[in-house]
Amino acid sequence: MANASGTKERSKFLSVLIKIITNQMFIPIAAILILTIVNLVADPSFFAVRYGTNTEGAKLFAGNPVDILNNGTALALLAIGMTFVTAASGGQDISVGATMAIAAGVIIKIVSGSNTTSSTYAHPLIVAVLVALLAGILCGLFNGVLVSFLNIQPMVATLVLFTAGRSIAGWITGNLSYKFSAPSFKAFGQTFPGVPIPTPIIISIICFIILALIFKFTTLGLYVQAVGINENSARLNGLNPIAIKLSSYIILGVCVAIAAFVTVARTGTFISSTFVKDIEMDAILAVALGGNALSGGKFNLTASIIGAYVIQYLKTTLTALGINAVALPAYKAVVIIILVIISTPSARAWFVRQWQAIAKKFQKVEAKEVA
Amino acid sequence: MKENSVLEMRNISKSFPGVRALQNVDFTLCEGEIHALMGENGAGKSTLIKVLTGVYSKDSGEVYVKGHDNAVSIRSPQDAQNIGISTVYQEITLCPNLTVAENMYIGRTKNILQNWKKMNADADKMLSALGIPASATQQLGNYSIAIQQMVAIARAVDMDCKVLILDEPTSSLDENEVEKLFGLMRDLKARGVGIIFVTHFLDQVYEVCDKITVLRDGQLVGEYEIENLPRIQLVSKMLGKDMDDTADIQSEAEAYDDGEAEPVFEAEGLVSVAGIKPFDFYIRKGEVNGFTGLLGSGRSECVRAIFGADRVIGGKVKMHGKPVKINKPIQAMKNGIAYLPEDRKGDGIVGDLSVRENLVLALQVMRGFFKPFSKAQAYKFADEYIKLLDIKTASADTPINSLSGGNQQKVIVARWLLTNPEYLILDEPTRGIDVGTKVDIQKLVLKLASEGKSVTFISSETDEMLRTCSRLVVMRDRKVVGELTGEDLNQNKVMSTIAGGGE
Repeated sequence: MANASGTKERSKFLSVLIKIITNQMFIPIAAILILTIVNLVADPSFFAVRYGTNTEGAKLFAGNPVDILNNGTALALLAIGMTFVTAASGGQDISVGATMAIAAGVIIKIVSGSNTTSSTYAHPLIVAVLVALLAGILCGLFNGVLVSFLNIQPMVATLVLFTAGRSIAGWITGNLSYKFSAPSFKAFGQTFPGVPIPTPIIISIICFIILALIFKFTTLGLYVQAVGINENSARLNGLNPIAIKLSSYIILGVCVAIAAFVTVARTGTFISSTFVKDIEMDAILAVALGGNALSGGKFNLTASIIGAYVIQYLKTTLTALGINAVALPAYKAVVIIILVIISTPSARAWFVRQWQAIAKKFQKVEAKEVA
Repeated sequence: MKENSVLEMRNISKSFPGVRALQNVDFTLCEGEIHALMGENGAGKSTLIKVLTGVYSKDSGEVYVKGHDNAVSIRSPQDAQNIGISTVYQEITLCPNLTVAENMYIGRTKNILQNWKKMNADADKMLSALGIPASATQQLGNYSIAIQQMVAIARAVDMDCKVLILDEPTSSLDENEVEKLFGLMRDLKARGVGIIFVTHFLDQVYEVCDKITVLRDGQLVGEYEIENLPRIQLVSKMLGKDMDDTADIQSEAEAYDDGEAEPVFEAEGLVSVAGIKPFDFYIRKGEVNGFTGLLGSGRSECVRAIFGADRVIGGKVKMHGKPVKINKPIQAMKNGIAYLPEDRKGDGIVGDLSVRENLVLALQVMRGFFKPFSKAQAYKFADEYIKLLDIKTASADTPINSLSGGNQQKVIVARWLLTNPEYLILDEPTRGIDVGTKVDIQKLVLKLASEGKSVTFISSETDEMLRTCSRLVVMRDRKVVGELTGEDLNQNKVMSTIAGGGE
């Protein structure tokens, strides 16, 4: 009797395990666990969070975990917008890095005015942020119109701004390198006096809360998925697929503007050609790591956001392991290929089969013991 | 093995977690025989075929094929093809952007070099031998679905097949095309090929088959000569009940024949971009009417214009005598019109979403962007309709993809019932679904009418329309050519109006 119930428990355990492995959140969470184990083995002090004083004399939390959340903010925000765009239009926006440069260029130009190096506001910060939001939305609108009205492949449509974006940003800033060091500006990218948590983390939390409220009080999630999965059916159910696709690009535009603000405020410097270079690929990767199909349809936003932090976690871990900055991308590539392979359905099916085989063996052994 | 049999399956069993899909099923196919495999959805037809074609591996049992002394083992579709078992599926699995010949020979040569000239010549010879009106060098996509289907068969036949499996090959064909396909099937039969024919159309079974094997709940009910099994008995064997549902319905239909109620919906000179001639139409409260005509006659295009599914470019519509504007589906929905589209997969279901989400979608859209249903409310709706329409699903959270065709259709019906429409348009609600569900849907239509709703019903099966509708609008060549009521509602009159021979 005891044996039989043992088998039952084991098969129950197995089915739970299979459920976990096939869950969408499995990959990003497993990646976090693996990175955590690597760090625990290499150097447990990686996880130390200190409450201390920084060079400027402000009290704040510091340490790698805080850095990951802090530095991952821009990517997490992009991942949100990219998830919507992917789900609704079945493609990715590769222009986000370039449009972030436009938005950041707008901000730095408006606050600095004609001085490339200054610490006093030429125009109020709120004006700069609102104009940057407008710029982000306009870029989103441009991409969205190409994709939804003209039915151009997202990657081709967004190639336009991908190519032109940094030139536009350079045109806005006169191709000059800017440095703006007003403390109240940099506070948005670092910390506010008296607040121990980095501002980007607070901004990201506010964004997540707004997002949660949107999901609770609107039908955005259902509509985006319906359009992404079956546009014809969505239309015959009274939806307007064009409007929904367009709005996904506008949402991404807003995310781009906020991400650009946080990033440019962190250093207070801006050069159009190097600002957040290659971030678009990380944003797409975050969506993929979250287990979302890049062909669109059903999506899980939380998984994408975790995916973004996984990428940041990976970068921080590799740096902490003392890997040369030049070699970093190569290491990143190795980890990415492993994660991406594990997250394919066929690899997961293989895992499930392996587990089932192990379970069968157990059952046979037990049957023998009983006999 | 028996003398003249090409295929014998003995004691085939197959289980999936929690389901015994096949239990000790026997199946025998003789040379030059067309053998119907019948059963409701979930009876085990597709499982048996997938075992035979190597898609699934069987748990136990043996398969014998002519020319092999011992039981053969079929581990993959390639194995099946190599021993002479070919399959043509319901959906075309060929490549429309390749030529006919390429499609016939793709993946069949081990040589790196291809003799294109010879391939095209061979293909043309084959096509003309089978009487298929297609040219080897034309792109496959240029031909109608029926001819593409025939090319798929030609490909299968040319692989020296002894057993040809046709899985619902006729569900997207019109009557002429079906006739052509049957001609081809008879031709192959004369050449000694054994054909397994899976279909939901009873008429077709009796037209072309020699034998019938019936499955139910994964078990063999029996094998019958076609002459010895009248339709009623076939249906009762498939359902496992000794009752005549169709007779039931007949009597119900006569009870609700009310010609005097006011029109709910009226259209005058309605025309859309889909290329139909302007048409007039009305439906009364509590009436069931239908559009009939051959496939492509424009019957779907008419109802799509009513719902605003295709862009309307002319005409006036009225609801309860008041002029309204319907250019988009949402406007039709707000006026109390619901539309179940013909193409369930392409226009109806939202594949990866759950049954619950699919069910509430239309009502949710009508309610508005800022008023989402709570999860609890959505579950309540879902559970209510799953019960009401007897939808077979593991739970309300199951993706609609994983339901059988009939149950998917029920979910879409539920979606529209949930919006509580005054006027419900059902375009081919019974296509490709099992007999039991068909009867359920027909009964539902009559029940809705008795509750005062108006229903327009379209079906390729004229029987079904005669049984449910009290008025038929007949279409030919994208034009309304007649209207039949009362005593004119019979098969002959419908046929002659469709054909238009009398004019």
